[in-house]
Amino acid sequence: MSGAIERQLHIIDFTVSSLLRRKGKNGALLTVYTLIVFILASVMFFTHAVKREAALVLRESPEIIVQRTLTGRYQPIPISYVESIGEIRGVISARPRLWGYYYDANFLANYTLVVPADQQPEAGTIDIGSGISRVREAFRGDTIGFTGHDGKPFAFVVNRVLEEESRLLTADLILMREADYRAFSGIPPGYATDLVLKVRNPREYTTIAEKIVKLHPDTRPIVRDEILRTYDALFGWRSGLVIVIFGAAVLAFVIFAWDKATGLSSEEKKEIGILKAVGWETSDVLLMKFWEGLAVSLTAFLAGVILGYCHVFFTSAALFAPVIKGWSTLYPDFRLVPFIDLADLVTLFFFTVVPYTVTTIVPSWRAATIDPDSVMR
Amino acid sequence: MILHPTVLALVITSFLTSLMILYSGYYGIRILVNWDMGSGSELQLQLERRTYLISTMVGYLLALQLVSLFLFIFTADSISSLLVGAMCAVGTLSANGFGYPALLLKVAVFLLAGLWLILNRADNQGYDYPLIRKKYLLLLFMTPVILAETVCQALFFLGLRPDIITSCCGSLFSPEARGIATEMAGLPPLPTLAAFYASAAVTLASGVYFYLKGRGCGLFASLNLVHLVVTVVAIISVVSLYIYRMPSHHCPFCILQREYLYVGYPLYAAVLTGGVTGAGTGMLLPFRTVSSLREVLPGMTRRLSATSLACTAFSTLLVSWEVLATGFTLR
Repeated sequence: MSGAIERQLHIIDFTVSSLLRRKGKNGALLTVYTLIVFILASVMFFTHAVKREAALVLRESPEIIVQRTLTGRYQPIPISYVESIGEIRGVISARPRLWGYYYDANFLANYTLVVPADQQPEAGTIDIGSGISRVREAFRGDTIGFTGHDGKPFAFVVNRVLEEESRLLTADLILMREADYRAFSGIPPGYATDLVLKVRNPREYTTIAEKIVKLHPDTRPIVRDEILRTYDALFGWRSGLVIVIFGAAVLAFVIFAWDKATGLSSEEKKEIGILKAVGWETSDVLLMKFWEGLAVSLTAFLAGVILGYCHVFFTSAALFAPVIKGWSTLYPDFRLVPFIDLADLVTLFFFTVVPYTVTTIVPSWRAATIDPDSVMR
Repeated sequence: MILHPTVLALVITSFLTSLMILYSGYYGIRILVNWDMGSGSELQLQLERRTYLISTMVGYLLALQLVSLFLFIFTADSISSLLVGAMCAVGTLSANGFGYPALLLKVAVFLLAGLWLILNRADNQGYDYPLIRKKYLLLLFMTPVILAETVCQALFFLGLRPDIITSCCGSLFSPEARGIATEMAGLPPLPTLAAFYASAAVTLASGVYFYLKGRGCGLFASLNLVHLVVTVVAIISVVSLYIYRMPSHHCPFCILQREYLYVGYPLYAAVLTGGVTGAGTGMLLPFRTVSSLREVLPGMTRRLSATSLACTAFSTLLVSWEVLATGFTLR
């Protein structure tokens, strides 16, 4: 057994020294290879991290949201609906929510305004998310001005800056008192943005949703699981799409690798010829080629993954976040929570190392079956 | 169609495997037709060289197949959240008619490729390519299986529709449903466990006997194949209950999840490897009389049986540990 291992070690030793002798050719291959791994790794790490953030956000979200629609458009919902919906069997609680968006033309950013259910800020004060605090350079005690729905200016004092587990959730958030919000947004008294229901048994979601529609035909209930599934599909689809686009790059790389592997220099041919003349068998040369491929692939794979990791989690995927994220402009600084999934690495391996390896089988075999006398003549 | 990175990776890989097997199959036919060991013609020399290429390819193919088998189950598991009603791999796989055929074909390809590599290794030990025709017949037999697997897998992923309600392991393995899965899950747990241990004991005993005395190879090989099936049935019927600590959850895929410490991976890997190596000893049995292999074959079958024994012992111990260490009881 130890003899077999020693044989492999000697072959690896020879392979590595032979690779190092041709720095230029192998360096070029390694660079391109690493770049490909880097791009794909970045896409996958980023999607996974964003998916995780979204799941984290939705874990706390209500089981069912009820919206009112008028001619297919989203409208404020009468608070009186709460009573009848709350009486449906299986609904633990129903409460109206007041929230909305605000576009800040000066800073080109969208804010999310929410009236919290409890612990509402004092009249005339607001709590703001870290993103807003950064963009507007506003901190505790500062005054921020907004334009109300009727064009009148509103000024609020910052009560505190929110810091939470998931930055995606709170970066653009403004918490406001109910009376302030109604005056600011123009939602009439007796109306809310939507209703949220708590339901304990997940199996009753569909039945309850059906009952709500029967009770109030102008409403649209949204079940949390559906949102989660949509997010999952959306991000999976987006990263799949990006990978398909980069598939062209992988194809180019494969052609490049094929070219490198087939175009043996006369020096390399001579080397293999001498090896065979001194007693190496075809299978030994194939083994050497196997280790060569493994050394190149593992180096490129590890380097690419590490670079991709740094790119996504330290620079927030500066290169192509807009494509996958596609959200508001307020987010340039949100740091994703570092997270690596083994399945992602395996997938990445299948996208890069497997095509490379398959491409180089035939050229390696061609090289390994060279006749010693024909190259040394 | 679900455009998920892992799905793309699986489809691309199976496509590459198909290309490789078609290439190998073409030369397999040429070898079967034109092989003449006595001839020194150009063609014969070329064919002899091709054999190196084909064994390398099938070697890579086997490695890919093993990883993609587990990745397939893992993907089915992870995309289950995209399908209404699916809670784990069972739900995804039963979302359309191609899921389970793809899985079974993947397992079949893995077993066949393992047997082929054993045959190839034995063939390389002899100086005159004694098994070359058998080897390439087996390869030609493998080709349609691999192509079918590629097609099934592609159709399965293409046919996944997130809006169609599928059933999950709770309903597939529940007493109300009918079918082979329920039959397996419905087997009485404790007698099935006893059958598993009996089968393991007989397999191990025959293996030790073969290892020491060099006889009873055929019996050992057939017992291994039986044990492979018995183990899978036992996992569904009873071992899963101990792993999940629930008297009604029979899913064979959930044990691959993190909640159960990924125990399914070593378990299935050991069961499959034990089955392949055990069956491989039996496959080599008829070639003991080939003159160029008479010297080397006994050593090789001994090593194979030792590997198989180690795997079976490992999987039995793993199952016993799960059964004994949980504190869960079915009595």
